[in-house]
Amino acid sequence: MNLGRHQTLLLRLALCMALCLPGAASAEQVLRRGNGPDVESLDPHRVEGVAAADVMRDLFEGLVSTGLDAEPIPGVAERWEISEDGLHYRFFLRHDARWSNGDAVTAMDFVVALRRSVDPATGSNYSKILSPIRNADEIIEGEKPPETLAVTAVDAHTLDIELTGPTPYLLGQLSHTSAYPVHRPSLAQWGADFAREGRLVSNGAYQLKRWALQSHIELVRNPHYWNNDKTRIDRVIFYTIEDLNAEYQRYRAGEIDWTTGVPITQLPQIKQRMPDDLRMHPYMGVYYYGMNLNRPPFKDNPKLRLALNMAIDRPLIAERILGDIDQAADGWMPPGVQNHHYARFAWADWPREQRLAKARQLYAEAGYSAARPARVEILYNTSDDHKKLATVVSAMWKQWLGVETVLRNQEWKVYLQSRRLQQDTEVFRAGWIGDYNDPNTFMEILHSQHGMNDVGYDSEVYDRLLHEASQESNLERRAWLMQAAEAQLLEDLPIIPLYFYNSKRLVRPTLKGWRGNVMDQHRSQTMYFDPTTTGGAP
Amino acid sequence: MLRFALSRLLSAIPTLLVLVVLAFFMMRAAPGGPFDTERTLPPEVQAQLEAQYRLDLPVHEQLWRYLADAVRGDLGPSFQYSQFSVNELIAQSFPVSLQLGLSAMLLALVVGVAAGTWAALRQNRLADHAIMTLSMTGISVPNFVIAPLMVLLFALVLGWLPAGGWNDGAWRNRVMPVIALALPQIAYVARLTRGSMIEVLRQNFIRTARAKGLSGRTVVLRHALKPALMPVLSYLGPAAAGIITGSVVIEQIFGLPGLGRYFVQGALNRDYTLVMGVVLFYGVLIIAFNFLVDLLYGALDPRVRT
Repeated sequence: MNLGRHQTLLLRLALCMALCLPGAASAEQVLRRGNGPDVESLDPHRVEGVAAADVMRDLFEGLVSTGLDAEPIPGVAERWEISEDGLHYRFFLRHDARWSNGDAVTAMDFVVALRRSVDPATGSNYSKILSPIRNADEIIEGEKPPETLAVTAVDAHTLDIELTGPTPYLLGQLSHTSAYPVHRPSLAQWGADFAREGRLVSNGAYQLKRWALQSHIELVRNPHYWNNDKTRIDRVIFYTIEDLNAEYQRYRAGEIDWTTGVPITQLPQIKQRMPDDLRMHPYMGVYYYGMNLNRPPFKDNPKLRLALNMAIDRPLIAERILGDIDQAADGWMPPGVQNHHYARFAWADWPREQRLAKARQLYAEAGYSAARPARVEILYNTSDDHKKLATVVSAMWKQWLGVETVLRNQEWKVYLQSRRLQQDTEVFRAGWIGDYNDPNTFMEILHSQHGMNDVGYDSEVYDRLLHEASQESNLERRAWLMQAAEAQLLEDLPIIPLYFYNSKRLVRPTLKGWRGNVMDQHRSQTMYFDPTTTGGAP
Repeated sequence: MLRFALSRLLSAIPTLLVLVVLAFFMMRAAPGGPFDTERTLPPEVQAQLEAQYRLDLPVHEQLWRYLADAVRGDLGPSFQYSQFSVNELIAQSFPVSLQLGLSAMLLALVVGVAAGTWAALRQNRLADHAIMTLSMTGISVPNFVIAPLMVLLFALVLGWLPAGGWNDGAWRNRVMPVIALALPQIAYVARLTRGSMIEVLRQNFIRTARAKGLSGRTVVLRHALKPALMPVLSYLGPAAAGIITGSVVIEQIFGLPGLGRYFVQGALNRDYTLVMGVVLFYGVLIIAFNFLVDLLYGALDPRVRT
């Protein structure tokens, strides 16, 4: 009896769905994305941060675009030719590329945009992304005028770019916001304020309809976009929601279809209640501790640095503290980086006892003992998660080596300054997300001359290997050079890599046409809602 | 009356000046600058940005120029929102905070006065104790505790109201923020009304009114309420300040695009101009509101008029 009733119900449901389907398919598709912090600018050459970049990927398209795995695919350029030495690129622009007002997208739009991007007067935070292009560095440093940038429009649909060294990751760079084109008439009319609601002309799949600061950004289809026929989502709304818990609640309340993250404390509940909504994927980022090599106790003390590294139980941290999502670090470079041969800690596979014994031996050799313990401070920017991890690490050091650790937290900007000054830091918490899929984005920040080298690492060997890699056009040889550099780094250990990030978010199971990828880049134009499915990944 | 108004307005000028100068130096005393990010800027880019925002000038010159612009009503460009001026940001966000604040204030007055009066009339009985206990709770439980609890109940369990966001001011999005913002003020107003109402009800003129044979309702509404409201009225100034500081928290929790949120974000991002602009604006607002309350006080209480 009961069974029978259920069956009729199911039948009715199926019938209704079959009848509703044609209507559902033609109904407007609206994607509501939680987008984290507020987007502060929509000027492609002034934007900063992941939140803005996600909006920009829907609004604009570079010469090169990105596919479902964040791999370079043709964008405005339908094809390109690369010279044998890897120094000359010629891009052929598609003839049907249009701005959202119907104007044609031309090679000159890219010339003007790239010059603007490296012009110090623009104030771009990412101008260095374009430094492989000849003269870019000189322009950024104010030594040459922007017009000297080696980017030339051969004709309206052909663009030449000349590089200083072979750069296997150049195509990836050209999909970055700093290489997006600008609509020249808008720039001429509005100057730096062209990227406002009612003014912004974009060349991507979507155009700006509404920009309510601190609230949301609404995009609608760009009817002139060359691939508009294939676009399924009609409207995309990006909501500013800074707090992960608030975002989680709004997802549960059905107000958004996509979150930027997941509150770690809610993970067990999420895994149980909505396993189909939780999507995780390795993300090209590393969480690490830096050690200040300019000051004691770490200056000229490689044994202490190695001992501290070895005394940390990374798998235990990953499993117990990070909710079994992120991966324990076994080197400097997170998994999934192209053009690289990985180096790992020499002791990565040692049994735990052997590793700890060696750590204790090194600690003793460095001159420390129970009577004369090493005293270190861990500095982190204020956050419960960082605090938790620092507490665990200090407990491990205390237990296995007897190190006395002090924890210090600072508000973000104060912490940044302390880190940079390198005057009173000892151990400091840091993280780095790769800007592009190539080992260089992780290696260059530890080059002795790099502005982000806050550990004061200065190795001639390391710098030389990076330089050789930058001049190497053979990808295989370059990958081995990068491996040698990483191995050198893991020997000198100015850093304590702790874990590699995973991207984690909630996505409605009905949303299809996207895949997790190491860059965590997703374009709404590839996505669509399929109301007939209720579970599983696409 | 005119002299009173003029002197109040003149005394506001040094107050605002001190406020701005303090905010100016406090912002600059905070370590880290507006252009400090995890990624270091190339020196030339940094120099250009600093020149654009006049950070390359000597500090006294920066202050002087800021004051000169502020007097003309120009609060400068925002550091964080590089395409917007502080004036634009305030103009966009203030209406949200204002609607929120006024609704909360109105709610606090209506509910607070009604509850307080009722409690006074039922002095030391069950209703009185219940209202006073509730209002004590309202005062002592901070709104950053109440707000998430409300979200949990009304948005997630019952599903009646959205969990956050402004949605261009749809009423359903306003309900929880307004209530959360008004709760502590309702409690204060209720306690104040109760206290002064009890006092007024013991006065001779009330006894006279009762002796004239007026109904209880007329006595309370026509004769007792007006004098009993005087302390509530003088509390409106602090209440406005309370609602402004409360809105900083509430806007953050519910993700509302108001002025309070800019204040917090601006401070964290070292957006010097944005923070100073908001401080100045809040200063003017509170001074103006207190001024208004004083005028109203004069209108209601004949004794202070002369």
